Amino acid sequence: MAENICFFAFAGLTLLAACTVVFARQPLYSVLSLLVVMFSLAALFVMLGAYLVAALQVLLYAGAVLVLFLFVMMLLNLEPEALARMRLFTLRGAGLVVGLAIALLLIAIVRRGGLAGTWQAAEGTVESLGTVLLRYYVLPFELTSFLILAAIIGAVSLAKIKHH
Amino acid sequence: MIGLAHYLVLSALLFAIGLIGIMTRRNVLMILLCIEIMFNAANLAFVAFAKAWGNLDGQVVVFFIITVAAAEVTVGLAIAILLARQLKTLNVDEVSFLKW
Amino acid sequence: MVISPSALGWTILLSPLAAACGIQLFGVHRRRLSATLAIGALLVSFASTLLWYTFSSIVTWAVPNPFQLPFEASLSWISLPGLTISFGVLIDQLSLLMALVVTGVGSAIFIYSTAYMADDDAYSRYFGVLSLFAFSMLTIVLATNWIQLFMGWELVGFSSYLLIGHWYAKPSAAEAGKKAFMVNRVADFGFMLGILALWAVLPVDRTFHFQTLEKQLPLLIQTGVVSVAVLPLIGLLLFCGPIGKSAQFPLHVWLPDAMEGPTPVSALIHAATMVAAGVYMLCRTFWLFEIVPSVLTTITWVGAATAFLAACLALVEFDLKRILAYSTLSQLGYMVMALGLGGAVAGMYHLTTHAFFKALLFLAAGSVIHGTHEQDIRKLGGLWHSMRWTSLAFLVGGLALCGFPGLSGFFSKDEILVLAYGHNAPAFWLALVTAGMTAFYTARAWFIAFTGKAHGHGHESPPAMLIPLGVLAFLSIIAGYIGIPHFLGQHGEHHAAWLVPGLSIAVVAVGLLLAWLIYSRGTVSAQQLVQALALPYSFLQRRYYIDEIYMWYVETVQQRWIAGACAWVERVIIIGFLVNGTARLTRRAGHILRLWQTGRVQTYVLGFLLGIVSLLTLALRR
Repeated sequence: MAENICFFAFAGLTLLAACTVVFARQPLYSVLSLLVVMFSLAALFVMLGAYLVAALQVLLYAGAVLVLFLFVMMLLNLEPEALARMRLFTLRGAGLVVGLAIALLLIAIVRRGGLAGTWQAAEGTVESLGTVLLRYYVLPFELTSFLILAAIIGAVSLAKIKHH
Repeated sequence: MIGLAHYLVLSALLFAIGLIGIMTRRNVLMILLCIEIMFNAANLAFVAFAKAWGNLDGQVVVFFIITVAAAEVTVGLAIAILLARQLKTLNVDEVSFLKW
Repeated sequence: MVISPSALGWTILLSPLAAACGIQLFGVHRRRLSATLAIGALLVSFASTLLWYTFSSIVTWAVPNPFQLPFEASLSWISLPGLTISFGVLIDQLSLLMALVVTGVGSAIFIYSTAYMADDDAYSRYFGVLSLFAFSMLTIVLATNWIQLFMGWELVGFSSYLLIGHWYAKPSAAEAGKKAFMVNRVADFGFMLGILALWAVLPVDRTFHFQTLEKQLPLLIQTGVVSVAVLPLIGLLLFCGPIGKSAQFPLHVWLPDAMEGPTPVSALIHAATMVAAGVYMLCRTFWLFEIVPSVLTTITWVGAATAFLAACLALVEFDLKRILAYSTLSQLGYMVMALGLGGAVAGMYHLTTHAFFKALLFLAAGSVIHGTHEQDIRKLGGLWHSMRWTSLAFLVGGLALCGFPGLSGFFSKDEILVLAYGHNAPAFWLALVTAGMTAFYTARAWFIAFTGKAHGHGHESPPAMLIPLGVLAFLSIIAGYIGIPHFLGQHGEHHAAWLVPGLSIAVVAVGLLLAWLIYSRGTVSAQQLVQALALPYSFLQRRYYIDEIYMWYVETVQQRWIAGACAWVERVIIIGFLVNGTARLTRRAGHILRLWQTGRVQTYVLGFLLGIVSLLTLALRR
């Protein structure tokens, strides 16, 4: 029963915060709302036994990525977004309709799939996840370091381009 | 009893919200934020599947996704800074010189 | 040294070709070398032909005689399953005679040309093309099959085109060359269709080979494999070839214009040899025409009509060379008529004698032109005094042409008249009247140009021109006595009624007398005669308006109507609708489609999402 309450509470919070991210006019509100999304998702991860992932979620997303966003926003001194011009309403409306359609379709697929099976034990502790990661996924794991290196070099070189 | 389906529905809704955000916002940074929401929706589904199947592979994938997302944000933000510097705008509607 | 028959045969055919190549390679700027090569090669060819003739007729004790007629040597040229085409030399009485005429008369004319063309800038080109012509003509003469014959046929047409247009800077010569080429193309197309049709109606083991066909065709018709019904069509199509090449009505129009070429060319190609190729072809393949009497009748009447109508045209012509050209047409008509009446031997006989005396006449005319630079007989006169030898040669040639008793033309024309008398009375009378007109127009040319008061001063031509004249004059006199019909396989029975030769002599005498009265004595004024017969005169002057009709056909029917319609289809439908329409459609579509390319990220995302929606829908429906 407590699990139910927890799930619905965090799920509600996630959705609410996500909506705020999307529809807030102030960029700063969006970022802060995204922070809420991250935290409540981390809670859901804990409920699913993914402890390490939850920790990473907080550390990486909330701690690093969103802070980066905040820095950039402050750097660029963003204005509140102006209202969309008329002729783009159609595009926006289409986006809304398509988004809803995709949500409905996905839900329909989930319902048809009959995926209400029982949970199994999958404790994502540091030890168990580390074992899997370094035993079966060593090569992708190492490759991610190259990806990050490339991203760093790319970001630096992009940021160094001078205005002409 | 909360089952897999609950999480998947939540994931789908979150994904759709992110999608709508991408389609409706015009600020590059906002679009990047919405992409993060969609990443997280996928993460949630992966973790839920990991629990349902009883192995940790789903969680490993999430680990990789977080890494990739970090790299994506880094480059994306660098491009956003470049846009703001060179074109004095972050509005994607104005960055349309790749047409025709 | 043993001379092999095939080597000798190939020498006849190939030495002019070697000369043509040699001149092209080494002689373009060496006048003497070119002339020497051309004449030498043709003399070699002539000597080989003579040797062949001698060996085949004299060396009979060698058993078996390797020079037995007919002889054939050939190379396989194209060899495919079901299609074998060879290239070779076929030597029998017919081709030997024709090759002797071509190389013999040709040699005389080649030698004559060295003097006639002495001042020409394109001397080497002239001799090169002349050698090419000799090779092409010998290809026809010695052909073993239809394809080789057709190849030679086209090659003589081409070299004739080159030689008519030898002075191509002169517009009329260039036009005449084109005209000859195009008229011949029209005829040759029919000829080609005929060859292909003949090939197509044959059963499985098809062949183009003359000797095989000659043996097989009667059998095939007897057994009903080849239907008799298609043969007239094939015969008529094949006869298109001679109509063009031998300038029969109604495709005769190119020959008078071909006189724009140098006179030796007119003598060799447009009188003695090439135009006779049609007659030769008919003789060569007479086994085919023999079995379709309806085609033979057509041939007879085409020949008779040509003989008569061309002789009419010669009556009113004033250009010396054109008079001879019309007379050539007329004599070719005689030969074709003889063929139509079933007299291949008579036709070839007349071909041979005609080759001699007509070449003689043309060369004499050339000598006149060389001496006076004039070819309008009204501006000539009294040449007898200034150009004695030339005049003598013209007289001999002219009398032979008229059929003066004792000269070669008398005998050969007589053969044809006898034949016509026996088989086709209307054709006989037409031919007889034509003989009278022949005598009249020849005498007219003689009296106007060679007798009477002299206009200006001509000078006699050099020996290089006079010697060939002498040789040809000699041949024109004796050709009736050397047994040409006998050589071609006609035996005895020259005991025809006295009626035909008598009538022919009478008609010739009347013709000569009339011409003498009008143009020499002046008893009847030519002017008054023209005024009295103004209507037929102008009709003849305009050459039956045939050129005008062709002009009208080409300009109005072909150019304006057919080509106009084609141009409209091209302009409006193909270019306007198909080509430009496609372009316009593409551009319009592009204009519409590019609206989708907004350059905005979200538009592309929308497309991507629509794809996802449709995929998900599909997944759900499954």
